[in-house]
Amino acid sequence: MARLDHALQTLRALDDVAAGARNRGQPDPRALLLGALACIVTAVSFERHTVAALLPLALFPLALAIRAQLPWRLIKRTLMLAAPLVLMVGLFNPLLERETALLLGGVPVSAGWLSFVSILLRATVAVSTTLALVASTGMPVLCNAMTRLHVPQALSLQLWLLYRYLFALGAEASRMDTARQLRAGAQPRPSLATWGALLGQLLLRSVDRAQRLHQAMLARGFTGSLPSPALRWRMADSVFLAGWCSYFIAVRMLDLPTLLGQALLRGLT
Amino acid sequence: MHMADALLSPAVGGLMWAASGAALVVASRRVQQQPDDRLVPLMGMLGAFVFSAQMINFAIPGTGSSGHLGGGLLLALLLGPWPALVVLASVLTVQALLFADGGLLALGANIFNLGVLPCLVVYPLLYRPLAGRAPSSRRMAAAVMVSAVVGLLLGAAGVVLQTVASGISSLPLQSFAWLMLPIHTLIGVGEGLATLALVLFVRRHRPDLLQAALPARPARPAGNHGLRPALLGWAMAAALLGGVGSWFASTAPDGLEWSLLRAAGEPAAAAVPAAAEPWPAVKAQTSAAGLLGGAATLALVAGVGWALRHRRGRPAPPLPADRG
Repeated sequence: MARLDHALQTLRALDDVAAGARNRGQPDPRALLLGALACIVTAVSFERHTVAALLPLALFPLALAIRAQLPWRLIKRTLMLAAPLVLMVGLFNPLLERETALLLGGVPVSAGWLSFVSILLRATVAVSTTLALVASTGMPVLCNAMTRLHVPQALSLQLWLLYRYLFALGAEASRMDTARQLRAGAQPRPSLATWGALLGQLLLRSVDRAQRLHQAMLARGFTGSLPSPALRWRMADSVFLAGWCSYFIAVRMLDLPTLLGQALLRGLT
Repeated sequence: MHMADALLSPAVGGLMWAASGAALVVASRRVQQQPDDRLVPLMGMLGAFVFSAQMINFAIPGTGSSGHLGGGLLLALLLGPWPALVVLASVLTVQALLFADGGLLALGANIFNLGVLPCLVVYPLLYRPLAGRAPSSRRMAAAVMVSAVVGLLLGAAGVVLQTVASGISSLPLQSFAWLMLPIHTLIGVGEGLATLALVLFVRRHRPDLLQAALPARPARPAGNHGLRPALLGWAMAAALLGGVGSWFASTAPDGLEWSLLRAAGEPAAAAVPAAAEPWPAVKAQTSAAGLLGGAATLALVAGVGWALRHRRGRPAPPLPADRG
C-alpha cells in the first residue's frame, strides 16, 4: 500500500509544482510537449556508445525544471523508479562487449561500459525531460494540449477523467487496505482470496460511483465531450520551440563536448 | 515489463508509435460511435481502478514473492476490446508521464505490448473462442488463465524484439528471450489468478457487468465486421515490421544518421565500423579531448542551471517526505 500512497503523494506534489509554474508563466503547453519529444528523440538517436555528446542535452530538462521550480528530490525519486529495467538490460553490455574503446588515464575502458553509461545517460535525459514537462504544465493542461494537437478526443477525455478520479479512488483503495492491514496482524500482503474480495468491492464501488457521476454530468449538460479552454500560440512560443530544436540539431550534428575539449587542450598546450 | 526510452532506437520507437497510434485512432472512433454516453465516466473510473489495483500486491504462497493485476484482460471483459484499449492507453500514459514507467518515445511500444496485444489480439482471438458466449465458471477460469499467460508472454516477446531490434543493448535475441520468457510465464500465472479472482467476484455479485461488453456484437452493423480482418492484417504486419524490418534499421544508419552524415559531407558507410578493424580505433588524444570536453560541458550545463536558479532565487515548494 505504501506504493499507492507514495504514488498519490507524487501526483499531488507534481500538481502543486505545475500550478505554481503556470502562475509564473510558461510557454504554450504544445511548444513544451513538442520540445520534450524532440529532446528525447535526439537523445535516443545517438550511436549506442556515445557518452560525452549526450551531455549537452541535459540543458533542456534542467532549464524546464528550474523554471518550474521542480524539486531535485522528485527527479531523483522518479529516476530511481525508472532504473530497474534499464540497469538490468544495460548491465549485460559490459559482459558482452569487452573490446577496449577508450584509454582513461592509461586504463582501458571496454565498449560495454561505454554503452552502459550511454544507456544511463539516455534514461536520465528522457526521464527528467518527461518529468519537467509535466511539472511545467500539469496533466489537465497537457490533456488540453493533446486535444489541440489532434490526439483522438476519446483518448484525451479518458486521460483527463482518469486523472480526476485517480485521487478519489486511490484514496478509497488506500483506506480499504489500511483497514485490512489493521485486521491482518503480521501479514503485510493479502492472500489472493482476500485481495480478490478487497479489489472486487472496490471495482463494484467504482462502477456505482461512475453511474452517480454520469447522472451528475448529465445534470450539468454533458453531451459526450468536455469543453477545453482555448490556447493561444504566441511568437515567443515559436521562438522557444525553434530555438530548442536548433540547439538539438546542433548537439546532434556537432560533438560539442569534444570540440570544447579540443579547444581547451589547444589552449593549455 | 515497461519498455524504456533509453533502450529504444528512434526507428523502432516510431514504428511502435505508428502501430499503436493507428489502433488508438480506430479504438477512439469506436468509442465515440457508442450511443451510450455512460461509457465515458465508466471508462475513466475503471482506468483509475486499474491504476490503483496495480499498486496493491497479493502474496503468492510458498514463493515469498507477490503478484498484481495487469488489467488488459479484465478491462476487455468488462468494457469490450476497443474501450479497454483506450482505458489502458490512458493508464500507461499517466504512468509514463508521472512515474517514468517507460517514457514518451517508449509509450507506443508499451501501449502495443500491454494494450493492443491483450485487448485486440488475445481477447478476441483466444479468450472469446475458449470461453464461448455463456461459459461455466470452470471454462471461464481456464480461458482467463490461458489468455493471461499468453498475453503476458506476447508482451514480453514484444519487449525482447523491440530491445534487440533497437540495438542499444548488447543482449542477443536468444539470451534475452531466455531471460524474459520463463519469468513472465510465472508473472502471467499471477496475473491470471488476479484477473480470475476479480472476474469470479463480479460474476457472483454483478453478473450483468460481464455481459455488458457482449450484447453489442449482434447489434453491430454488418459493415463494421470488415475491420477485424484489416486489424489482424495490420497487427501481423506491424509485428513483422517491428520484429524483422527493424533489424535492418539497426544494422545500418537510420534516416537521421544518413542525412546527418550526408550533411556533414561523409559517406554513409562510415557510420558502420569496418569489420576488419578493431572497434573503435583507440586514440588517446581523442579520448582526452572527449573526457575534458565532457567535463567542461557538464560544468557549463551546471553553471547555466545555477545561473538560472540564482536569477530566479525563489525556494522550491515543499515535497512530501519519502516513504517506504
